Amino acid sequence: MSSNKKRHSGRSVEETRPISARVGVVKNADGSAEFKIGNTTAIAAVYGPRELFPKFMQDPSKGVLRVNYNMMPFSGDGERVRPGPSRRSKEISQVTKLALLPFLDLTKFPNAVVDIFIELSETDAGSRCAGICAASMALAHAGIEMKDLVGAVSCGHVDGQVMVDLDGEEEHTPNVHVADIPIAMAPRLGKISLMQCDGFVTSEQLKEAIQKVKPAIEKIVEVQKQALKDYFKGELK
Amino acid sequence: MNAQTKEHIIKAMDKNIRFDGRKNDEFRPITIQYGASSTAEGSTRVQFGDCEVIAGVKLGMGKPFDDRPKEGVLMVNAEMLPLSNPKYEGGQPGNDAIELSRVIDRGVRESHMIDNEKLCIKEGEKVWMVSVDISPINSDGELFDIAAFATVAAIKDAVYPEIVDDKVDYHKKTNTHLPIQRVPVSITIYKFGNNYVVDPSEREIGAADARLTLAFTEEDEIVAMQKGGETPFDINEVDTIIALAKKKSRELRALLK
Repeated sequence: MSSNKKRHSGRSVEETRPISARVGVVKNADGSAEFKIGNTTAIAAVYGPRELFPKFMQDPSKGVLRVNYNMMPFSGDGERVRPGPSRRSKEISQVTKLALLPFLDLTKFPNAVVDIFIELSETDAGSRCAGICAASMALAHAGIEMKDLVGAVSCGHVDGQVMVDLDGEEEHTPNVHVADIPIAMAPRLGKISLMQCDGFVTSEQLKEAIQKVKPAIEKIVEVQKQALKDYFKGELK
Repeated sequence: MNAQTKEHIIKAMDKNIRFDGRKNDEFRPITIQYGASSTAEGSTRVQFGDCEVIAGVKLGMGKPFDDRPKEGVLMVNAEMLPLSNPKYEGGQPGNDAIELSRVIDRGVRESHMIDNEKLCIKEGEKVWMVSVDISPINSDGELFDIAAFATVAAIKDAVYPEIVDDKVDYHKKTNTHLPIQRVPVSITIYKFGNNYVVDPSEREIGAADARLTLAFTEEDEIVAMQKGGETPFDINEVDTIIALAKKKSRELRALLK
């Protein structure tokens, strides 16, 4: 693939799919948001800080963060996904928690828990990143103290070329090496809190991927901020 | 719910007054969006006021049951997602989620909404399996009617995926809808004291004494029923409940495209 070749969707290599975001989608929750990138949609709800049971799980020095990532059974791009936790969903819950935790201040909530539930209603690659984006907005909506908003997007490496935000078709490009590198970042602080990779990539390519992904995440965070502002503007009316 | 709140709610309903200004027999404002999930073969996102659910249909190929070699397989499943209400806990589906799934399943199955024999691809070997999953986004009060409504609308919305080399190609959808024979509509009437009420909100539902869910066909035939709640009905009040449910089912049916 030459460096100027357009992708199947017509996007440039630095371009994400169309993004939209909404805050306050789950009225029962203390904070909630929906984040859509292409045909991947994540809904996140934050409950808490609330009392944590069983008691032995409590931390007297700070609040505990729990994350639960789940795909709705019809949200897979193939067959029905069996409901309930899987090895995959547990791992994603864990890395999502670690992607958000460094930027939260839970010291004011000793012995309490903040629960984040992330549900995917449709997926076309990039679901853990969409989940992190939705969760970050939901935490801000819930008024949990944060040092920065967290944005996330994958950076792929398809047949010798680094490109931002792979969709399902690119991720499954036949007969070529594909590496998928999901990254979460707090762009204002310049910190990376999620890095994973499936596939072959050289250290130079990884460096390039991180460089390419930064402006994309800055753009995502702008969309998140705008959605939060729009929500609170609506609240004031 | 404490006795004082319950008494307050029922006294107001005696005067046909509810928290949100509705009459006893009024639904919350209803919206319906088709094609809510691009990965499902059919889907809807439905709101009854603050209550919101997504229903999605997935089609798969599988082996028919031995005793029904010519028929496709239907499955309806509802989850009480902890995302949608702080009172739900994760883990295995509880009795409430299982009852909800089964009541909706019963309406779809017993009305023969889908012509099961037309789901047969090769007798005894290969049939279409239709799975409907209901995921609440914001669970507020009454769930049976909204979930059943979202389910039948999603089944109506569903199209077959293409079959390529004997396998389902989920990235290619056909324009062919499922073989639908009739559309059941479920209505649940709640009894609060001496009042018959539809679509109670979260604030009201804890004060209900009993409920009766009825699924109706286009011809007003009853195809499924489920009584819930701890209070029994008087023999002669059942007629009143059925008459109200029938009237309300026509209202909901008019909202289906």
